Amino acid sequence: MEHKLIAAGFGGQGVMLLGQLVATAGMIDGKHVTWLPSYGPEMRGGTANCTVVVSDEPVASPVVDTPNEIVIFNIPSLLKFEPTLDKDGILVMNTSMIDREPSRKDIKVIKVPANDVADKLGVLKAQNMVMLGAYIEATKAVSFESVIKALEKKMTGKKAKFLDVNKKAIEEGMKIAREQLG
Amino acid sequence: MGEKIMVKGTEAIGEAAIRAGCRVYFGYPITPQSELTEYMSRRMEEVGGVFLQAESEVATVNMMYGASSVGARVMTSTSSPGFSLMQEGISYMANAQLPGVFVDVVRGGPGLGDIQPSQGDYFQIVKGGGHGDYRLPVYSPSSLQEAVELTIHAFDVADKYRTPVVIFADGMMGQMMEPVEFPDPIDPGSLPEKDWALTGAKGRNARYVTSFDIDPYKLEKMNKNLQEKYKKITEEEQKWEEFMTDDMEVLFVAHGTVGRIVKSTVKMARDKGIKAGLFRPISLFPFPYQRLSELADKVDIVMTVEMSAGQMLEDVKLAVLGKARTPFYGRLAGVIPTPGEILEALMKELGR
Repeated sequence: MEHKLIAAGFGGQGVMLLGQLVATAGMIDGKHVTWLPSYGPEMRGGTANCTVVVSDEPVASPVVDTPNEIVIFNIPSLLKFEPTLDKDGILVMNTSMIDREPSRKDIKVIKVPANDVADKLGVLKAQNMVMLGAYIEATKAVSFESVIKALEKKMTGKKAKFLDVNKKAIEEGMKIAREQLG
Repeated sequence: MGEKIMVKGTEAIGEAAIRAGCRVYFGYPITPQSELTEYMSRRMEEVGGVFLQAESEVATVNMMYGASSVGARVMTSTSSPGFSLMQEGISYMANAQLPGVFVDVVRGGPGLGDIQPSQGDYFQIVKGGGHGDYRLPVYSPSSLQEAVELTIHAFDVADKYRTPVVIFADGMMGQMMEPVEFPDPIDPGSLPEKDWALTGAKGRNARYVTSFDIDPYKLEKMNKNLQEKYKKITEEEQKWEEFMTDDMEVLFVAHGTVGRIVKSTVKMARDKGIKAGLFRPISLFPFPYQRLSELADKVDIVMTVEMSAGQMLEDVKLAVLGKARTPFYGRLAGVIPTPGEILEALMKELGR
């Protein structure tokens, strides 16, 4: 099984971190992983995105033209990446930021009001963790336990105090996905 | 070996250099490799080495010359325009037989170009961007684990043959993250002493490091020594990887990150019933002509894929020598080819 994920949004929404956590969690799970950022002029206000591959076999190309999973944080990214999603692929979208419907009928859609959920938890910035939770529940690409371990590696020092709220945000995201998956 | 950790390519190369016993780094920031300079600024202090941000790449390469002359394992890293600026000094180092490792994280060009991944500097890096009859061993990694191994290997090759060596990376290799396992560090004090290094002549005969001789006959002799060395490197230092070449009908040739992308194309082609294989040169000088020539006997099509307008293609043609068709697919200026579009290019070539 190969999970080919593209996560995309505005710079500053935590898209890159989401991707790094998926990749690191995959590594902890014993999978082969790559994380590839799009960088450069796109960082200034436009869309930022990263491609993550989590695979049972060594990863050949870290560049993906047909992802089977996309996590989308804003409208420009939806327009850019929805058409590239593989048939029967999974779209996780932040409906707090995207006030429109996806156009594809041959994909699975998980709608996550990530900003609203994170806001209720008191840390709006954790909206990417809500998205991450929904993503891992919907795709089973990596385990929750490994995501937490990856988070612990990442959030050290001053950031350690945000561990709990991030964990909570991930769990909320998982719950939302679980409800929609039925 | 320690545990696997997720690292960026630039950091993987920097840490590998430290583990190879490199304690002297000179650099000048340029995207997309500035993280390597940044990493070294932090790590060199931790390991008691020297980190120096030079005023330019011209200064950097001459600092390399100096530090190498006294026997240190030295490294610099840069990206395309910066590497251009270093060419004069590299040529000097080549003739003075000074070891040193250069990491070129190649970006889109020509000119100021852009900051995206490219392989458009193949001619410059592999064929020599400086003046005179010299060659540089060049290694092109396609994964971060391989980048670690080749960086360490580069220091050994540099010392063994007394030559500058280049790691040919690109922006993708520099910026991506992948799990890496680092080998145990080498104690720089345990490295063999260099019997040519300028360490002070007290109590011994004077030594002499130069790239100059006014007498053409003497300079010709120096040149012949270099050529002998390059011959030996050609015989002993070739590296490549073959992927699914046993039963192949068509052969791809690609190096570095493109070599890795093409592996996915090979799998996609095989899903369609086309038995594709991949030959991935790891050492670009010395280029593995002989092995590629043998593989070319088995197929009608040897397709080269590069992030350039077709530069390694010339070496592929020299290996294939007309025994098979040699089509080319390339993207330019920092555009990364995807596995799907490479497959499309192959299908077109096959007339399907």
